[in-house]
Amino acid sequence: MKRHRTAPASVSSVLIRRPIKRWFLLFMGPMLISFCVGFLYPFLKGLYLSFCKFKTTSNATFIGFGNYVKALSDPSFLHSFWYTALFAVVSLVLVNLLAFLIAYCLTQGIKGSNIFRTVFFMPNLIGGIVLGYIWSMIFDGILMKYDTSILMNSSYGFWGLIIVIAWQQIGYMMIIYIAGLQAIPEDMMEAAKIDGANRTQTMFKITIPNVMPSITICTFLSLTNGFKLFDQNLALTAGQPFLFNADGTAIKTTEMLALNIFNTFYGDNPSARGVAQAKAVIFFILVAGLGMIQLLATRKKEVQQ
Amino acid sequence: MISNGISREKARKIFLTVLFSLISIIYVYPVFLVAMNSFKLNTFVKTATFAVPSGESFAGFANFIKGMTFGNYPFWKSAFYSVFITVVSSSLIILCTSMAAWYISRVDSLISRISYMLCVFSMVVPFQMVMFTLSKTADTVRLFGWFGPKLNTPWTIPVIYLGFGAGLAVFMFVGFVKSVPLAMEEAAAIDGCGPVRTFFQIVFPVLKPTMISVGILEIMWVWNDYLLPYLVLDRTKYMTIPIHIQYLKGSYGTVDLGATMALIFLSIIPVITFYLSCQKYIIKGVAAGAVKG
Repeated sequence: MKRHRTAPASVSSVLIRRPIKRWFLLFMGPMLISFCVGFLYPFLKGLYLSFCKFKTTSNATFIGFGNYVKALSDPSFLHSFWYTALFAVVSLVLVNLLAFLIAYCLTQGIKGSNIFRTVFFMPNLIGGIVLGYIWSMIFDGILMKYDTSILMNSSYGFWGLIIVIAWQQIGYMMIIYIAGLQAIPEDMMEAAKIDGANRTQTMFKITIPNVMPSITICTFLSLTNGFKLFDQNLALTAGQPFLFNADGTAIKTTEMLALNIFNTFYGDNPSARGVAQAKAVIFFILVAGLGMIQLLATRKKEVQQ
Repeated sequence: MISNGISREKARKIFLTVLFSLISIIYVYPVFLVAMNSFKLNTFVKTATFAVPSGESFAGFANFIKGMTFGNYPFWKSAFYSVFITVVSSSLIILCTSMAAWYISRVDSLISRISYMLCVFSMVVPFQMVMFTLSKTADTVRLFGWFGPKLNTPWTIPVIYLGFGAGLAVFMFVGFVKSVPLAMEEAAAIDGCGPVRTFFQIVFPVLKPTMISVGILEIMWVWNDYLLPYLVLDRTKYMTIPIHIQYLKGSYGTVDLGATMALIFLSIIPVITFYLSCQKYIIKGVAAGAVKG
């Protein structure tokens, strides 16, 4: 797989560079202005607001780390964190194992490989909300027969969501694995065959080391996808069933991090928005941290090759 | 010995084909269920989800008619906004980010470097980080700074999509532009061709494969996106398909499952048609965009 990680080229022709510079506003203007409005300003403002008490963005008072203390001592936030982490790890293992297995079989030159590939990727075209509703109908159709529902038991909600995500993401990861598997040089495989390597040896000594970059990409992709999951979570269970504490507060047992942040922002209590923004910053650091580890891991692998 | 090995290999391949055919059927089954249930009367969707609609449970096209006029917001309006937002946003992203990526790759200056780094950085930021402030920004900022429409309408939301989606697109275009040889552009410059013409007549056509990849990724993202339009748009006036479906299901009281399934079926048909007609590009685009984290 071709990958580009280097900084912008420093080699550029004077013939080209000088004249383009004059057209800075035309070439960079639209992108930069929208980037500032759609990303940079909201990001910086969000960072600032996480240290403030506010209901609307216009009247915020600076309070320091208070929001972070509140966020980290919020039981619903901690619950959603562990729930999300568990979900991300389980889906990571399941999705990647199955996706790799399917990709491996589909690159063996069997009949109908292209059709299977098309079919397995198909769920990715359907959006998270719609996907959630399709599966909530299916799960309820099955669980109806046992007089229960996916909203009644949090372990149904957990495994239900795992099934939905597996159904959706196996095809996506499969595509990346297929690209990796097809890039293995043919002569390397032939050499192994001539040397009398059996299937297991070929798999562990040649195939897996060669698709290591794809494995790294897919692992982190499914991990961050798991952490960022929102639409499917909202559509399938929206956090139900709720567990009520003695003090009247509720833990939404199947609520994941992104949904927890959303509910804190737009829930009944608008004065908790500072806490919500602090949660969002923690969430950002978590996801960005995973992204950085991925970047470092893939860099290392590229050097080795 | 050898012929025995070959026939075993053949048997294995046939076994795999049969196995994957079965798995494929299971894979398509949920979509098939949606189609089936969209022709069923509401009460039967829950009690007889897996049964074929027949006799008393068969609703004909009633669900579709009901779904189209369900609630106080017509479905065709949501569909129209979805199509409009997806087409305009993706086109805008392709045009503006390819121009910016060319500038970034060809001009080595501080602002190029900073823009590129910020774009890469924006790829790791989850939407929840900016969602509150972004929706407030869209409610106050106008298209041309102080005049023009606000950014919270379907006509102006592409600007938000361009801003939030620029990162990945710029990253992919820069990666590709760097592999484009300078000689062609230099020749054009010597012949007296200005930068704007050079870009549109020489660079733009060369970028086509990346444009298709970026376009596919953006279309898939924008079409299926729920939270961004939900927070940015004025929901009493504008909805997109995902918002509409969530709204039907989320509104308390009687949920008409038959009508909901009919709408889901209607919204899946164009997606699957799109997929089947350009799946080659879609799969290529996904493999190319896999670097995003």
